Amino acid sequence: MKKLWLPLGFIVLLGLLGVGLKLNPREVPSPLIGKSAPPFELPRLDEPAKTFTQKEMLGKVWVLNVWASWCPPCLVEHPVVTELAKTIPVVGLNYKDARDDALPWLARNGNPYQLSVYDAAGRIAIDYGVYGVPETYVIDRKGVIRYKHIGPLTPEVAQNKLVPLVKELSGG
Amino acid sequence: MIPELGQVALSLALAVAVVQAFFPLAGAHGGNLAWMSLARPAAQAQALLVAFAFGCLTWSFVTNDFSVSYVAMHSNSALPLHYRVAGVWGGHEGSFLLWCLILCVWMVAVSLFSAHLPEEMVARVLGIMGLLAAGFIAFMLFTSNPFDRLFPAPPDGRDLNPLLQDPGMVLHPPMLYMGYVGFSVAFCFAVAALLSGRLDAAWARWSRPWTTVAWCFLTLGIALGSAWAYYELGWGGWWFWDPVENASFMPWIVGTALIHSLAVTEKRGAFRSWTVLLAIVAFALSLLGTFLVRSGVLTSVHAFAVDPKRGIFILGLFAVFIGGALLLYVWRTSRIGLGGSFEPVSRESFLLANNVLLAAAAGTVFLGTLYPLAIDAFGAGKISVGPPYFEAVFAPLMAPALFLMGVGPLARWKRSSVPELAVLLRWALAVSLVLGFLLPLLFGDWSALVGFGLALAIWIVITALLSFKRTLAHSRSHYGMALAHIGVAVFVVGVTVVKGYESQEDVRLKPGDSAALAGYAFRLDEVSTVRGPNYVSARGHVSVTRDGKPVTTLYPERRIYTVQEQVMTEAAIDPGLTRDLYVSLGDPLPGGAWLIRVQHKPFIDWIWGGCLIMALGGLLAASDRRYRFAQKAKRVVEATA
Repeated sequence: MKKLWLPLGFIVLLGLLGVGLKLNPREVPSPLIGKSAPPFELPRLDEPAKTFTQKEMLGKVWVLNVWASWCPPCLVEHPVVTELAKTIPVVGLNYKDARDDALPWLARNGNPYQLSVYDAAGRIAIDYGVYGVPETYVIDRKGVIRYKHIGPLTPEVAQNKLVPLVKELSGG
Repeated sequence: MIPELGQVALSLALAVAVVQAFFPLAGAHGGNLAWMSLARPAAQAQALLVAFAFGCLTWSFVTNDFSVSYVAMHSNSALPLHYRVAGVWGGHEGSFLLWCLILCVWMVAVSLFSAHLPEEMVARVLGIMGLLAAGFIAFMLFTSNPFDRLFPAPPDGRDLNPLLQDPGMVLHPPMLYMGYVGFSVAFCFAVAALLSGRLDAAWARWSRPWTTVAWCFLTLGIALGSAWAYYELGWGGWWFWDPVENASFMPWIVGTALIHSLAVTEKRGAFRSWTVLLAIVAFALSLLGTFLVRSGVLTSVHAFAVDPKRGIFILGLFAVFIGGALLLYVWRTSRIGLGGSFEPVSRESFLLANNVLLAAAAGTVFLGTLYPLAIDAFGAGKISVGPPYFEAVFAPLMAPALFLMGVGPLARWKRSSVPELAVLLRWALAVSLVLGFLLPLLFGDWSALVGFGLALAIWIVITALLSFKRTLAHSRSHYGMALAHIGVAVFVVGVTVVKGYESQEDVRLKPGDSAALAGYAFRLDEVSTVRGPNYVSARGHVSVTRDGKPVTTLYPERRIYTVQEQVMTEAAIDPGLTRDLYVSLGDPLPGGAWLIRVQHKPFIDWIWGGCLIMALGGLLAASDRRYRFAQKAKRVVEATA
């Protein structure tokens, strides 16, 4: 039965596709993990006159969440971010947005952020390697990025990854 | 009420599909004529039920019934009527309903145009199609029911993805599915032939027109998708080697090989077991494509909802149908004898070379598409395989195939003499080489690659015309073949010239400013605001002149679709036989300027023109009278039985 390689090859293909179903092609490792968070100094969304820099968060474990009012998935993850922000400081990076849209969006949907910085041109987002909104980063006490999530946060990711990670980092 | 009726119709269709699968197959096995004769009425009844269910879903879209979850996800009351109808297949559930409807269309076609086939064959083919239909309808009912209700009903829908709000997208999925699902007919014929153990010239003759017609639809479907990407994605590319595009391209390549291999099996009785394998693989790749697109195992610009449960169900169907067919193949083909013998230089061996090259090409695309998945599955990291790989491996395989395309139709079956071919072809070769060398000079910038491509195209056209001198019996299938080959030549011209000579420029223009490209001047006159039914748009007025003479005025738009708050670039194109002018409006810049991309794309429309000619050639060939004359076919059956 020389032709048996055919069904065998097919079974290998099925196995590969089956494994593929369990993987998430959107989970992309970031080269920034383990590196210092790129520095920035940006105006605050609510008070343009004041600026904020990531240095102010040194000594705390915190979460940077990239969002925009024009981004429907951000609305999807908003309840998860709100829940997260009850225990962990979350800073918003408002990405390529207009103040007139972003502020009413927060007023409508609630503002879970300790504060949001305003990156209208998307400059800082380039430094952080943002390629889709929303994205979420966990940054430790020394200002090092420890985790990156692309796409809307799901309750599972928040529960199983973010919260334990932040606990571990805060404990150590 | 209407959605529930659709649901009931779909459930009944599942029951009928089971009947259609069981009785005719069992009847064909045991020689029970009454059971076999159920195949045709069952297929037709099932088609009516699925069409009714499809009508119900369409009705829910037309009447804006947002209590149906699927409608609420993919439509909106502000959406124009024609896009509400197209919205039926704008998402996962509806596209599967369309898939099943098209399977039914093919089933009815088989039940109507099979009067000349033995009853046993029809019963087996329709029985296996019933099995396929049962699998897919069950998939819909259990994991992705388009008729699920939403309580409470939302006041308005989430709107159809703006990318899909386009005439090309209205036609693209039905055409593509006609091709994908059409290969199921060739698949079912192959499995039926394996079951009966009669893999003969008659089987190849019955399969040929179905395969060719399915291939034509797939060609048109892929061309429409590519044209849509060209003008709708807004940045002027026409093929991205994206996994989803590859998913439709792989069955096309294998289908092309199958068409040629079927020709050998019909005429000479050779390649039989290879032809059967191709028929199985072509449909396997169609199913694989469905799986890749719908399960989300690969990242793609075509972002669809990911649901692992659905993925496993499709994978299960894939395993059962293709795995079963492959086992049957292994079990049965050892009994197939060899066909007519042939010499190393003969039409058979040229077609064999064609098949080897096409199979290798399909293999390279397959490898490139699944490689990231394999690497990820072994935990070796995330990679993506892009156009550089595909272009590097695909073109070198296609070049010899294109050359052989000129020789094959001129060679004789069984044995061809080399000196005779050389005499016939030396002028064609000389003319193509000289013209290939000279023509790029017309573009002002000589390029070896363009010269090579043009020489191949001219070679194909000359040899296609020469093939008429060669034979006296001019049949429609001969005309069709020549026309399809000329279509390939036209396509090759488009690809090589646009690759060699396209130019583009990103400029920032304020109203009143001009940019120059490829001898044309583009002046931005103004940017106005336009309101559409479900979008607001900034529209640029760009007047194009050449040597001071007006050419045209283009209106590129940047639309914001209000429901999904999605920004869409609507490029403006001035199409032409020898060039497209392509202008897209980008972001507004501070100071009243706009980012504008202007592109000059010589001969790009030849790409889709070539595809259209290929498809017309295929249809012409499939309409050959020898496939239509029932009497003649019957005699062949009796002779070979």
